Amino acid sequence: MSGAEPSPVVKRHAFLERLQEAQRQLLEPGLKSFTAAPGEYLAREGEPAHAFYLIQSGHVAIGTHLGERGAVPIQTVGPGDVVGWSWVVPPYRWQFDARAVDRVEGLFFEAAWLRELCEKNTTLGYQVLKQLIASISSRLAATRLQKLDVYG
Amino acid sequence: MDNELRSAAPVVRESAPDRSPWTPAVVPIVDRRQETGDVFTVTLAAPDGYRFRPGQFNMVTVFGVGECALSLAGASDEPTLRHTVRAVGSVTRALARLRPGDRVGLRGPYGSSWPLDQAAGHDLLLIAGGVGLPPLRPVMYHVLQRPDVFGRVTVLYGVRSPADILYRDELQQWAKQPGLKVWVIVAQADVAWRGPVGFVTTLFPALDLNPSTTWTFMCGPEAMMRFAARLLEERGVPDERIFLSLERNMQCTVGFCGHCQFGPEFVCMDGPVFSYWRIRHFFTIREA
Repeated sequence: MSGAEPSPVVKRHAFLERLQEAQRQLLEPGLKSFTAAPGEYLAREGEPAHAFYLIQSGHVAIGTHLGERGAVPIQTVGPGDVVGWSWVVPPYRWQFDARAVDRVEGLFFEAAWLRELCEKNTTLGYQVLKQLIASISSRLAATRLQKLDVYG
Repeated sequence: MDNELRSAAPVVRESAPDRSPWTPAVVPIVDRRQETGDVFTVTLAAPDGYRFRPGQFNMVTVFGVGECALSLAGASDEPTLRHTVRAVGSVTRALARLRPGDRVGLRGPYGSSWPLDQAAGHDLLLIAGGVGLPPLRPVMYHVLQRPDVFGRVTVLYGVRSPADILYRDELQQWAKQPGLKVWVIVAQADVAWRGPVGFVTTLFPALDLNPSTTWTFMCGPEAMMRFAARLLEERGVPDERIFLSLERNMQCTVGFCGHCQFGPEFVCMDGPVFSYWRIRHFFTIREA
């Protein structure tokens, strides 16, 4: 995976746009861009959760290994989505794998930097967590429906 | 409130051919195709003068067994009638055993249709779940024959697993058309599956949606439609531009027996295609 300082033009993402301008400015110094090739891992189960990803293009499969069944994707996320909330929750280790399905482009924060900023500025931290919970909530709702097997 | 839309929508109700609504025509099966493990498509010869609009349904009789409502899954201008059916009940299981040359009873077409004329000039978002894709397939044929009439067309199709995907070849063909996007998402993937995984609503964050010009047609499990409609409203799509097709126990098809009653509506006559605005109150009422 490669990372770089993003230009102002590419610093757009639904997650950031839902925050106030002043809050975006506080976050901007920590924002970096990345690309991942198909098959590349953004996160590996059990390893340190070092980043918080904002996906701009491409798709990321979140999944786990199931013995002989191999790497099984549970859910795929795409543009406008985020990947990773393990960076908020001790002991800060990924709970699932996250692997690029196709070429993925996006933005990321280093987990330690973002945690420290949110701890120092709890107003900002609360807004970041509110946006994160909105993502978790919609992902959880979709997972519950997936589990209900309503398609028959 | 968009009064013009609400008074106009929906939906065109076509009259059945000029015979008693309870008298079936007897027509032969001209083709049969197995789509997935328990889903098949039967093609029937159309009676003289038969015409339907996308979204409507027929009542099909397997003689000696019974009758069931089946949505029309072919193009509205083709000379035969296609029904894609999951073999789940006594009639559909019996239908699954019939072969070309066997005869069935046919009443129809019945019910309301997708408001394609009203949606002309706008973006279309089609959301299907499981065997909810067949009632939307005539819409796709309509769109493909009129590529300049609609704006951007997006198809979101959710199924249980890759083995349950209907019309796989056609989906691939549709995806190649300019201005048309097709996303298939499975709830349970295997290692070989390279596409999206999740519930159909998982695709929503990536939707490039213009709420002011998008008309949404949905067919699938009611839980899917309920959650999808809610998310679309959150994205700003007006409820009078969200249409859904309901499935109920339809028997008489003329609003007489009441088996298909849904609040004050009869799904056989007033539906199966409804605007969400019209039924949203009843759509969220728990049945028990």
